[in-house]
Amino acid sequence: MTVNMTKGQAISLQKNDGTGLTAVRMGLGWQAAPRRGLFGSRTREIDLDASAVLFADKQPVDVVFFRHLVSDDGSVRHTGDNLVGGVGQGGDDEAILVDLARVPVHIDQIVFTVNSFTGQTFQEVQNAFCRLVDETNGQELARYTLAGGGQYTAQIMAKVHRSGSGWTLTALGTPTNGRTFQDLMPAILPHL
Amino acid sequence: MAAELVRGQNHPLSQMRLEIRVAAGKPVVAAATLGDEHGRIHGVAWVAHPGTPTLPGLEVSKQAAADHRLAVDLDAMPEAVHRVSVLLALPLGGDGPARFGAVAAPFVAVTGLDGTEVASYTITGLDAESAVVALELYRRQGAWKVRAVGQGYAGGLAELLTDQGLPQATHLAGSINEAVAHGLARSVAAPPPRTPDADRTRQTATPALGPEGSGSTTQGASGAVAPQPTSPYGAQGTSGAVAPQSGYDSGAAAVNPPAGDQHAAGPIDYSHPRRQTGAPPQPAPTAPSAPPGQPARPVAGDATGWSMEERLYNQVWGMFEDLARTMAAYRSAVDFADSRMGKELDQALSDPRSRIGGQGDAAREAAQAKHAQLIDQARAALDRDLDQLTAECEVVEPALPPAFAGWDNPVWHGYRVPMEIPMALRLGDLHLPESPELRIPMLVRLPLERGLWIDSGGAESLDGSFTDSHELRRLALDTAVAHAARLLAVYPAGEFAVHVIDPAGSAAQALVPLVHTGVLAAPPAVGAAGVTDVLTRLTQRVDLVQMAVRGGAADSLPPGLDTAEQLLIVNDFPHGFDDRAVTQLRYLADEGPSVGVHLMMVADREDAAGYGPLLDPLWRSLMRLTPLPDDHLADPWVGHAWTYEPSRVPPGSHVLRQVLTEVATARTKHR
Repeated sequence: MTVNMTKGQAISLQKNDGTGLTAVRMGLGWQAAPRRGLFGSRTREIDLDASAVLFADKQPVDVVFFRHLVSDDGSVRHTGDNLVGGVGQGGDDEAILVDLARVPVHIDQIVFTVNSFTGQTFQEVQNAFCRLVDETNGQELARYTLAGGGQYTAQIMAKVHRSGSGWTLTALGTPTNGRTFQDLMPAILPHL
Repeated sequence: MAAELVRGQNHPLSQMRLEIRVAAGKPVVAAATLGDEHGRIHGVAWVAHPGTPTLPGLEVSKQAAADHRLAVDLDAMPEAVHRVSVLLALPLGGDGPARFGAVAAPFVAVTGLDGTEVASYTITGLDAESAVVALELYRRQGAWKVRAVGQGYAGGLAELLTDQGLPQATHLAGSINEAVAHGLARSVAAPPPRTPDADRTRQTATPALGPEGSGSTTQGASGAVAPQPTSPYGAQGTSGAVAPQSGYDSGAAAVNPPAGDQHAAGPIDYSHPRRQTGAPPQPAPTAPSAPPGQPARPVAGDATGWSMEERLYNQVWGMFEDLARTMAAYRSAVDFADSRMGKELDQALSDPRSRIGGQGDAAREAAQAKHAQLIDQARAALDRDLDQLTAECEVVEPALPPAFAGWDNPVWHGYRVPMEIPMALRLGDLHLPESPELRIPMLVRLPLERGLWIDSGGAESLDGSFTDSHELRRLALDTAVAHAARLLAVYPAGEFAVHVIDPAGSAAQALVPLVHTGVLAAPPAVGAAGVTDVLTRLTQRVDLVQMAVRGGAADSLPPGLDTAEQLLIVNDFPHGFDDRAVTQLRYLADEGPSVGVHLMMVADREDAAGYGPLLDPLWRSLMRLTPLPDDHLADPWVGHAWTYEPSRVPPGSHVLRQVLTEVATARTKHR
């Protein structure tokens, strides 16, 4: 498991010149299932989903996932559901963009999760990874390799939370199980 | 797959000829020191830096740059060298940053000559340091490895070199900086930061250059694998000694016909034969860069689009969405603050201990203070966004073309009949109760997709004042006339026709601007016979055009058919309408828009209550507009209730009559 950030490690997104980090992107990529059988449709597609849950004082307030692509306030945007994965060469198949400067004042934590909607465990998925990128300069802040990650169907990846006037990123990397973010709520709450 | 190293991690190196790429975002100096098996540097000659860029097996750039490629040939290293340290330092002087904390985290990667990454390392956590040991290549039991170091020095190169055990450190640091300053003076400005993807393609596309001295072998190797461009015809003409070669070549020629053949047939032109917008549009005006800490000054047309009109349309919709979203943020923050205070107050009250002493009061005050603080923060964020949007509105409104502009916009005084149908039409303004002075133009696409319903009922307006129903009907008619006039004005001459049904003649007063300027297709239809006649004609027209379109025989329409879009204004519904007329109206509302027949009902839903729920689908299929401000429109993103207000002709203004006269004149010329 290549981890640029160790579990529980926190990095401040406040830059030293006082300007805070303004935009982060959570990217998720995986390799599509190989074609097999007579008909392409018999292929067991792999559908991983990225979600972001917005919390205010430990209460979920809003969520951005494949059924609700933009948070009501517009600060968190999902680039759209990918149902089959990509070529597995490092590009993001799904991404969630967070404009930290525009996040409503009462939202103090945003938790990023990954789920396997079609139920394959991360062991069965090729070249799966999720990462957090500083959108302003493309610098990768954290990366998890999900493939071969064991008998889990979900991961609570990281959270960004307010600290002082800026934001801090904490890598969580907790493996768990669930089909959508709703199933993960009990697992998320201890990390708040 | 490339290894992403963390600080202290090492990785074996299988190749001896390597490149070390550095991407720092801001110009940095790259240098390298050589050390023996104890890590000692044997004097100044063991340091490659911009002053002396080449050492055996090692080359660094001569100047400071945002991106570097250091060439390393480990085989060419002297036997005594056991360690190569790659250093980065910020150039002294100039206006660049003086500490790594002020720039993006530098990224270093060890790559093969073909550009494949072996290992990479992002140097994070730097702050006051101005020099850093990025990587270390070292010999371990005969094999080379790379280690991520990331050791920074606040004292710059001098401190770094001293730490490495170089006796003349300070002197060397000075000469490095001198060489850099020399190079900086003739270097060009740093390129804009590249995205990682762009960087990746560039890296694989350009062949990596070997270090000097070994360049000839690189060229020789690439020459051996380079495809020999041989003409298939030439190969066939040669002797039988190269028969296999020619066989291969003719096979290749069969698969890939010579380019000349394709040129003879002419390349396929994929452009649309009649569409004229193929040329790239003028670049959109962008907001000038603002001083740091202040939002950029807005500019009209700062959006995407092929024409200024499209850009303004997109900008207005962008403002609409921004206001909807920023208000959603504010409202949800306020809701949260309220509910949290409620909970905390309940807690304080239910706690029996708080009844003793001032504890309860203190808890209540604390909860109220927290509430006030959050609300203040939310309000500040909202005010910031509202200021920005207001400033944008101030520059956008005057720039709008007539179809997007309110009647009070001076652009209407210079009105000319357009040559083209605009992409959208302004039906009025939208605003939210928290920011009543910030009005977003409500633009709908043309041709209209739905009919309009100007509601002359619902006598209670937003501010609670009661307008009597007679007055309301008059207002509704005025609004309908203003909308109809606007539609007539924005279509080219003769491409829009307006019919009016006014069974009882009660709208005669309001219709004066339309009737007197002669822009109506026919005088308002009065009485039951008139109603039947107009409805039958329009129904037939919809039916005919639909049949022609479905049968793919648009050419066979009767020659007398008016090809203009039609608008039917219906007043006094349902008085004077029989069941047959009502059915025809519903048909027009459902089927008309797709073939250019639109409906504008001026009606009070209550009047048609006698029909029961039968007419509900009719009302639902029409877009409801009100003559007075009313909050019945929802935005498509968050679903706020927006207050709609029609664009009203300023009192005493003759702009409507002027515009309609212009339309009528253009129409006579057109005929």
